[in-house]
Amino acid sequence: MTATLRPTPSACPACAAAPAAETLAARALPDARIALSLPTIHCGACISKIESALDAHPQVRSARVNLTLKRASIDAAPEVTAEEMRALVEGLGYEAHELDAGTLSATATDRAGRELLMRLAVAGFASMNVMLLSVSVWSGAEAATRDLFHWISAAIALPAIAFSGVPFFRNAWSALRHGRLNMDVPITLAILLAVVTSLWETSLSGEHAYFDAAIALTFFLLAGRYLDHRTRAIARSAAEELTALEVPRATRLRDGVEEVVGIADLAVGDLILVRPGGRMPVDGEIVSGTSELDRSLLTGETLPVFAGEGQAVSAGEVNLTGPLTIRATAVGAETSLHRMADLVAIAESGRSRYTSLADKAAKLYAPGVHILSGLSFVGWYLYTWDLRTALNIAAAVLIITCPCALGLAVPAVTTAASGRLFRRGMLIKHETALERLAQVDTVVFDKTGTLTTGTPRLTNGASLPRDALELALALSQASAHPLAQAITRAARDAGLAATQVTDITEVPGYGTKGMIDGQEVRLGRASWVSATPRAETATYLKMGKAPPVAFTFADALRPGAEEAVTTLVKQGKRVILMSGDTTPAVKALAERLGIAEWLAEALPADKAARVATLTDKGAHVLMVGDGLNDTAALAAAHVSISPASALDAARVASDIVLLGNDLTPIGAACETAKSATRRIRENFRIATVYNIVAVPLAVAGLCSPLIAALAMSLSSITVSLNALRLR
Amino acid sequence: MNILAYLIPISLILGGVGLVAFVYTVRSNQYDDPEGDARRILSNDWDDRPKP
Repeated sequence: MTATLRPTPSACPACAAAPAAETLAARALPDARIALSLPTIHCGACISKIESALDAHPQVRSARVNLTLKRASIDAAPEVTAEEMRALVEGLGYEAHELDAGTLSATATDRAGRELLMRLAVAGFASMNVMLLSVSVWSGAEAATRDLFHWISAAIALPAIAFSGVPFFRNAWSALRHGRLNMDVPITLAILLAVVTSLWETSLSGEHAYFDAAIALTFFLLAGRYLDHRTRAIARSAAEELTALEVPRATRLRDGVEEVVGIADLAVGDLILVRPGGRMPVDGEIVSGTSELDRSLLTGETLPVFAGEGQAVSAGEVNLTGPLTIRATAVGAETSLHRMADLVAIAESGRSRYTSLADKAAKLYAPGVHILSGLSFVGWYLYTWDLRTALNIAAAVLIITCPCALGLAVPAVTTAASGRLFRRGMLIKHETALERLAQVDTVVFDKTGTLTTGTPRLTNGASLPRDALELALALSQASAHPLAQAITRAARDAGLAATQVTDITEVPGYGTKGMIDGQEVRLGRASWVSATPRAETATYLKMGKAPPVAFTFADALRPGAEEAVTTLVKQGKRVILMSGDTTPAVKALAERLGIAEWLAEALPADKAARVATLTDKGAHVLMVGDGLNDTAALAAAHVSISPASALDAARVASDIVLLGNDLTPIGAACETAKSATRRIRENFRIATVYNIVAVPLAVAGLCSPLIAALAMSLSSITVSLNALRLR
Repeated sequence: MNILAYLIPISLILGGVGLVAFVYTVRSNQYDDPEGDARRILSNDWDDRPKP
């Protein structure tokens, strides 16, 4: 990673004349590994076009495009920068973004998935072979042949179970050690008891051996585990990619020389240059430059704030107009951005109270099964005084009741539901997020960046004189300030042409000025054009001695915001708007969207406290927010959603991430979550019905390995099919 | 029934070959990019000589 940041060694022509030194340097430096996100590639031709172009670059060692992940990984000489590679791919006509290779820790999660897949493969192989041998036993193999088949089954099943069952054994052990019961305890007990009694039976050349049941059970349950893991791995890798898109880098000034370094390398006292459009990497104090700051991600305020020398800035604020040099006062974990993490940690402790449906079922189920099997053991032992028969029946009871269907009930449904929501642009990050989403009855929205896009829109364009607009257009098109860009957009859409204005200069932090007919025109802050400031977001145009004209702005609504709110209200949910912005702005938006309850000028702690009060009153709160000021509330809520444009901290704190720009999927997601939970409950009921039918047989000692195998496969298949019915 | 002495080992070995082949495909990252690999096989970029 660090290697990509180094400046090219051949910055001066003279250095290039020292090839020996360069090869030495190349040997000392590690190779650059560059990852690019390529969201628009879609075909085989794209792959070969990009790969051949990258390979043609003299310093690229190898390049490989992954179409499934829509990513390119490049192995290049150390002096190659990611920016260079990005420009190369963009030149081919594909959208490309740099990914922070350090954040993409795909290998660790991949290893867990691969391990599960291996265990699943071994269990599958073993269960097929053991089943084949069992079929011949069921169809009438006798005496020596049956014993031989049982011994071969044992030889296959024992090592296979020892290898494949490890995840269950490990979970069961950790649960037992803490004095708890989970689903894995009855699973482990059933597998172990089945193997032990079968071995004993086989050694006495008995009739019934449950090796097939034990290994098939392991196989089905592992399949459920693997599905579960895959769903989460997909979500995790997509979430990681969002994080990796924000490459944490800063420009440090050292003795007047600019160098690009990783944020982790910054120290207190460093001078850092932040260009317009850049985000503050650390907390600090402005040393030189004037500009305006967008604090909306931190506080929810939409109005840009003036920034001048000596003013304190915090990490996460966006610099708007002029370059700023800041001196770092707090870096890394000390920054206000990170201090917010403490609030999140406190809020999160409340969430761990939620017990998933599967755990609830396990809590009812696990003791019941153990008691039932224990009772049948005692009963049969007292009745026959034969340890072998009693143990055999106890094992049969455990196998028949074993939560094969229960193990598949939840993962099959969540896989189906998450896949469906992923296609609609929602990323389910947390395993129980769907169940929690189904319970939601109150929805709290943040305003800036969530219901609105955070980009302003001119509101009084129609009532302004035409020449004022044309004059403003001339000044605004020269600026990158969001308000200026809003004027430019509005004026262009109205088909206006800019007036001829000369000497246009931008005064960072204040506005833009120019000359027309010997008179100065200014477009900018109220104080700069000596206007009386208004309550709403506004900028002012002053020409000569004439009174200033105000241009007012409102935040543009995010697409789908209206639909999302109306759908949620129609579903009978209570919708609340909570924002850190000023009262008039929040009130206007609440009225526009028809939200009855709203709260303005809320501090981050206020938001979290309000969510906590609602929760205490028994409401299940869904929090939708994007800013740093929402993170604590996101973590405190029963379930939370953040858009992809949110700050990394907010995305981490939330359970669901919206990938697109549209808010509409939220309403539908609540419905999908409800029907998914309904399917999960149905699956539990199906599994229970199977048990009610099969358990009396097992307790009565009428259960053969054939019945056990049939019951197990049938219930697993019904449960999976039921999950696929999800719409 | 002596045929079993041949048939059971043969079936186990054949199954085992399948298992080993699967383990090999997992180990050599052949499931990392299923979509891309499906398209790559149709491209004629490296038909004449293998990719260096």
